[in-house]
Amino acid sequence: MSDRIGVRLRLARRGMDGLTLLVLPAVLFILALFVYPFLYGLFLSFHPMKGGTFANYIRFFSDPFLYETIGTTLWLAVPVTILNVVLSIPVAMRVRLLRRQKLLTTILVVPITLGTVLVAEGLLNYLGPRGWFNRVLMAAGIIDHPLMLLHNYWGVFLSLVITGFPFTFLLTLSYVTGIDPSLEQAGAMLGARARARFRHILLPLLTPGLTITLALSFVQAFSVFPSAVLLGAPAGPTRVISIAAYQAAYEQYDYSMASAIAMIMAAVQVLIVVALLVAKGIAYRGPASGGKG
Amino acid sequence: MQREETIGAKLWASLVWLMVGLFVLNLVGLVATVVVNSFGTRWFATWLPAGFTPRWYAMAWNEFQLPAILLVTMEVVGAVVLLSGLIGVPAAYAMARRDFPGKKAAMLLFLLPLLVPPITYGIPMATVLYQLHLAGTLSGVILANLVPTVPFVILIMIPFVEQIDPRIEAAARVFGASTLQLFTRVLVPLLTPGILAALLLVLVRTIAMFELTFLTAGPDSQTLVVALYYSVFAAGVRPGQSIDAMAVVYMIATMVWLLIALRFVNPTQIVTRAKK
Repeated sequence: MSDRIGVRLRLARRGMDGLTLLVLPAVLFILALFVYPFLYGLFLSFHPMKGGTFANYIRFFSDPFLYETIGTTLWLAVPVTILNVVLSIPVAMRVRLLRRQKLLTTILVVPITLGTVLVAEGLLNYLGPRGWFNRVLMAAGIIDHPLMLLHNYWGVFLSLVITGFPFTFLLTLSYVTGIDPSLEQAGAMLGARARARFRHILLPLLTPGLTITLALSFVQAFSVFPSAVLLGAPAGPTRVISIAAYQAAYEQYDYSMASAIAMIMAAVQVLIVVALLVAKGIAYRGPASGGKG
Repeated sequence: MQREETIGAKLWASLVWLMVGLFVLNLVGLVATVVVNSFGTRWFATWLPAGFTPRWYAMAWNEFQLPAILLVTMEVVGAVVLLSGLIGVPAAYAMARRDFPGKKAAMLLFLLPLLVPPITYGIPMATVLYQLHLAGTLSGVILANLVPTVPFVILIMIPFVEQIDPRIEAAARVFGASTLQLFTRVLVPLLTPGILAALLLVLVRTIAMFELTFLTAGPDSQTLVVALYYSVFAAGVRPGQSIDAMAVVYMIATMVWLLIALRFVNPTQIVTRAKK
């Protein structure tokens, strides 16, 4: 009896008691439905329907219809991510000075909540040859013929801007407002102009946050799916990697191949994120952190 | 902060605001197109439709199984909200109050489903659910949707728990409250604003969760957003205005809850989910 109490006490001193067990259901759930499926998918990808262990991966990297999806997806995701982040920084710099930010942030959170399917359905009308977007440009005399913005690269690109920019912006804003304003005031007092303050005070403090913003925005854009089907040309220029994975699983019922493509998709995402983190480490070293003062 | 008064600075500021204005204008334009079209009779090469009618809504309701889809959506969303609260809130409490070995690993475990995009982990997850004969059923869809929402509730609730003075719990313990009583009598009442915020956001996210539902739903377990995708995908099967009527119903279903949720949380909290 006294032995059991001893064990209990020792466990409790390390933070293990009845209350700690409350975390177990959540941990078990995520292990069962997130970690296990991932490992199982990895395992399954090495057990192809026909061929040797690596047959799926060999097939993926030797069939241009499959391996080119990586390039297609990057060609969409990289420009969109850079554009969204580059636009977010100046806007976040302005908005942080606003007293009533909530109206703007509320408007911008709407496309994120509505999601890509609704944005795609809206853009199908709005960007169409007879949609308001083209009508306004033609009425203003900017263009003579309607721009072809649907069922090609640009439809998907614009939908990724509509849903991606608010995401990037709100993330950037939360990092920008986390910087202690007195640091910038000190710079201003010492005579630094806005540009110099941004370059030498804010940007170094923002670098860690911006790296995370870039990584998250990229990962989001890289996993584009519904808008690439609805607004793009899913058989050609916007055949992104998620479409290839979906077709393998739900049209060819080759779950082994689908898992392999999903693993390749995850690998590309991890590679880019790691590359970003490494680049940040090379570009900037220092004790900077943007904590509130 | 002192604002600069040079011409260059003013030009730059105007340019930034112009950009924001254009973005918001296009956003309003795309939402308005859907709403206007859902009430339009014929809309062809004019600024506005020739006339307005509510009949597309009746059509979506009567001919395209909108009531059945709404019922499934409500069942899925209700179950997901309830279960992610029941699993997530106690876990958040333990994460906030105890320092145990492996806590960092548990935190990483909860962050991953929020950082990895659903389409990436959705396909292996759907494969496992298909093998268990759960995919294609309502329970499969609910299980799939819980994967991102349980960690979401935990991450939102941790700071709310940390705000509560631990001495209150100690006092309850001194007076002999069991863990269950501690939760129902002390913690849940104190945590109500946080729980409400977290669950409302889960509600909005689940209504709008396309990928996971799409990958695991069968014909009888489609939620509104998946049904919307299939109708847009098979354009021509039904009139565009009727699809837009369904899109408007979807927008209202999401926006109402979003506006209520925004009374409790800041919009930036919806995306801010990863700290350094």
